[in-house]
Formats: sequence, structure tokens, C-alpha cells
Amino acid sequence: MVGLKKHNFTKFFILIGVLSFFYLPILSLMIFSFNDSRSLTSWSGFSLQWYQALFENREMMTAITTTITIALVSTFVATVMGTLAAIGISKSRRLIKELVLSVNNFPILNPEIVTAIGLMLLYSSLNIEKGFMTMLLAHIIFSTPYVILSVLPRLRRLDPDIAEAALDLGATPLQALWKVIVPMITPGIISGALIAFTMSFDDFVISYFVSGNGVKNISILVYTMSKRINPTINALSTILVVIITIVLLVVNLYPYITKKEIKEAE
Amino acid sequence: MKGYASLVKPYILWMSLFIVVPMLLIVLYAFTEHGNALMAFRFTLDNFMRFFDPVFIKVLFKSLEVAIITTVLCIIIGYPIAYIISNTSERTQTLLILLITLPMWINMLVRTYAWISILSDGGILNSIFEFFGLAPIKMMYTDFAVMLGMVYNFLPFMIISIYTVLAKLDRALIHASHDLGANPIQTFLRIVLPLSMPGVISGITLVFLPAVSTFVIPKFLGGGQYMLIGNLIENQFITVGEWNFGSAISLIMAVIIMGSMILTRKIDRDASDTASVEGGKLW
Repeated sequence: MVGLKKHNFTKFFILIGVLSFFYLPILSLMIFSFNDSRSLTSWSGFSLQWYQALFENREMMTAITTTITIALVSTFVATVMGTLAAIGISKSRRLIKELVLSVNNFPILNPEIVTAIGLMLLYSSLNIEKGFMTMLLAHIIFSTPYVILSVLPRLRRLDPDIAEAALDLGATPLQALWKVIVPMITPGIISGALIAFTMSFDDFVISYFVSGNGVKNISILVYTMSKRINPTINALSTILVVIITIVLLVVNLYPYITKKEIKEAE
Repeated sequence: MKGYASLVKPYILWMSLFIVVPMLLIVLYAFTEHGNALMAFRFTLDNFMRFFDPVFIKVLFKSLEVAIITTVLCIIIGYPIAYIISNTSERTQTLLILLITLPMWINMLVRTYAWISILSDGGILNSIFEFFGLAPIKMMYTDFAVMLGMVYNFLPFMIISIYTVLAKLDRALIHASHDLGANPIQTFLRIVLPLSMPGVISGITLVFLPAVSTFVIPKFLGGGQYMLIGNLIENQFITVGEWNFGSAISLIMAVIIMGSMILTRKIDRDASDTASVEGGKLW
């Protein structure tokens, strides 16, 4: 028994070790966002000045708005387009299905930088000026394949007779799509949308190559600011970390809470 | 029902314009001379010949070296952790996986940037060394810093992909192996490890691919002089403006990556073939 306990102790230490490796940098980043001085290494007192500086910094506020706008719009477009495409793919002949899926996999398997320069070359060949719209289009382009990949497995499990029945009972194809097929694949659509949103929200490489005219998202701003170290980045990151943690906790704990409620109701 | 098949048509058009054409443009630029490739269409191999300069070949080998070491480190660190997690209770597993995936949701640039204040000369680690009376160590702008940043960013992918396979492993096989007299090490080497190889392989893909092409981590933690192939491509497009040469480098990189992926998959298949042959002998 003693041997077993010692064993568990080692395991526990390894887990604590790796978790501190993951969390200590984030923690130090958050702590120094409250530092009274510009230093990121020596503590001189508590202050909220970097948060004030963040909200007064117009460039940063624009970057935040840009990031959120692009993430929302590109997620919406990619989800609608990806879902429709996935339905089309699932009903296509095998050859077309395989062909479309292998092209669809390209942006997923390719290094991001390759996708990025491909789009950059496309824009310049078509003489499109780089800016907000080119960034938005690029985000739709790289996130749609992920939506398709997350909707397709749901469609595979779908019983084709049900949609057929809806059509026989007088539903128009559009009604059958909206009232029968879509509700049954909703979990796939939601997870696809979530992937698209986070991909867009965190993207740096592709945005960096396809935007111009001073259009920056949060990642590009962090990249350009990293040369002159500045705790406002820490303040911004702390806010992001807190929001993401709350969202993830809610999403992950939600099933537990509802399960408990159902149990209690029973 | 068949009517819905036509929904794929607009996407085929979209894909051709926004996925296929950009890839073709990279190839076109790589094989043509200076200037806008669509206007002055002159075939050349110069862009590729230029790459065979010792300076650039060195960058290529350095990138491969750093990416391979990072991948190996991720396997060495990630495997035991995935193994430990897969052996805890179901509730603990969910919690630990959540804790490991959580940092992945935080912007990669921010997470990498966080290491600067820890590793820098007057940074947190060196202050700790100083406190214990140790001499300060230069860590920023070294290979160590770059690889640390890569392991930090990509280790979760390795852990998750090995864990997914280990969690699905049939426990009955392990019990059977114990019952048949194998000790824990034998059971691990002959049952668990071979069966978890698909997880390791997909982990390698998830780590090696971004590690070989990243330019953010070397720039943040390796400094402006630190050149990996991703930085070389970035420089050609953003700073130097030599798009044709940049396209050629990207093409070389893409070919190397695809080659190594196919090789990894093949090794995996051969390994599982021999494993099944051994299994056949056993019976």
C-alpha cells in the first residue's frame, strides 16, 4: 500500500508540474498588468493605470472592435455556407464528394503561412486593395472548411427517409431543409460555429498577410507592439483570459448543472 | 433528396476561386521571373536555384532541427501526462483535460509574449536564480527559449491526441495481459504503447507542422536575428518584397512537410503490420 501511495504522489507531482508550466506564464502576465511601474519583472505596487491606458488607447479599442466584428460576421457567413455545402456534399456522388473534401482539406493541412501568402497573391493579382474587407473574406475562406468537417458527421448519421417523408407530405425542399434537416444537425452546426469563431478571433498569420491600410486585429497589434514592451498588452490579455475562462467554465459546467436540475426535478 | 446535391455547386465555385487559384498562384510565382507573374510570364528555375545557397540551406536545416527536437520533447513530456490522466477517475479526467485545453484558447501571441518577462536577463527566472545566489543565465534569444516557446504552445495538442486514444483503450486487454503473467512494463511495451501509436502519430502531425512553419515564436523569443524558414518567408513577402523567391521557399517547405507526413504515416502502417505479424506468430 505504501508503494502505491508513493506512486500516486509522483503522478500528482508530475501533473502539478505540467499545470504550473502551462499557467505560471499566464499568471505572471496577469499579475504585472496591475503593476504600478512599466516593468514586467519587478513589482512596485498595485495600480489600475494600465487598464485606464488601455481604454484610452484608441488604436487598441479599434483593434478590439475589428476583431469582434470580423469574428462575428465571418462565423455567421462561414456557418451558413459551410452547412449548405456540407448538405450538398453528403448528397453528392462519391467522386464529387471525395474531390470536394480533398480540396476542402487543403487549408486545414497546409501551414497557415502558405494559405496566407496564397490569398495575398490572389488579392494582388486581382488588384484588390488590402484592408478590412480582405481580412474578413480571408477569415470566411479559412473557417468554412472547419464548419463543413464538423457538420458532415452529423449528416452521415441522418436518416434520409425522414427528409423524404417531409417532402412526400407536401413540404417544399426549403421547408424540409429548414424544419427537418437543420434541427437534426444543429449540434454539428454549433460546434462548427464555435470553431470558426475561435479560429477567427485568435488568427494572426493569415490576417497579418492579408490586411493593410492600418487595419489591425488584436493579434496584429500585439505583434507590432511586442517590440516596445508595454503593460497595456498585459491588461488587454488579462481581460481576454478572464472572459475566456468564464465562457469555458459556463459551457463546460452547464451540462452538470442542468443534469443536476433534471435529477432534482425527478 | 437528390435535389440537395446541387447545394454543393456554389461551394465548388468558391473553393476553386479561393483555395485552388491561390495555390496555383504560389506555384506560378515560384516558377516565374520578377514582377507580377500574370503580366510578365517568363518561366524560370532561378528562384529554386537561389535557395541552394549555404545560408538558406542552413536555415532550412535549423528549422527542421528545431521542429524535430520540439516534437520529440512533446512526445517525451506529453505521453506520460496523457497516460497519467487516462488512469484517473472520469471526473478528474474531464477536469484535467479542461485545464490543459484552457490555455489553448488564449491568443498564441499573448502566451508567447508572456515568456519574455520570465526569460529575460532581469526576468523572473533570473531573479529567482539570483535569490539563491546563482549566476544569471542568458535565456532570451537562444535556441532554448525558442524551443521552450514551441513546446509550451504545442504540447497540449500532443497530450490531447495521445489521451484520446488511451482513454478509448479496452481495459480488458490490460487485465488479460496481467492475468497471463506479464509484468506492468511488459504490458505497457507490448499492449498499451503499440495500441496508442495512432495518437502519437496524429500528435506528431499536430506539433511538427506548426513548429516547422511558425515565425512568431522565433521572432518573439529568438530575436530579430533568429531565422527559421517561416521568418525567411515572412521577410521575403513583408520586408524584401521578393514574392517570387518567397513563393519558391513556401513551395519547398510545403513539399518537405507533405513528404514527412507521408513518411510518418508509412512508418506507422509498417509498424502496425509487423505488430500484427508478431501477433499472428503468438497465436
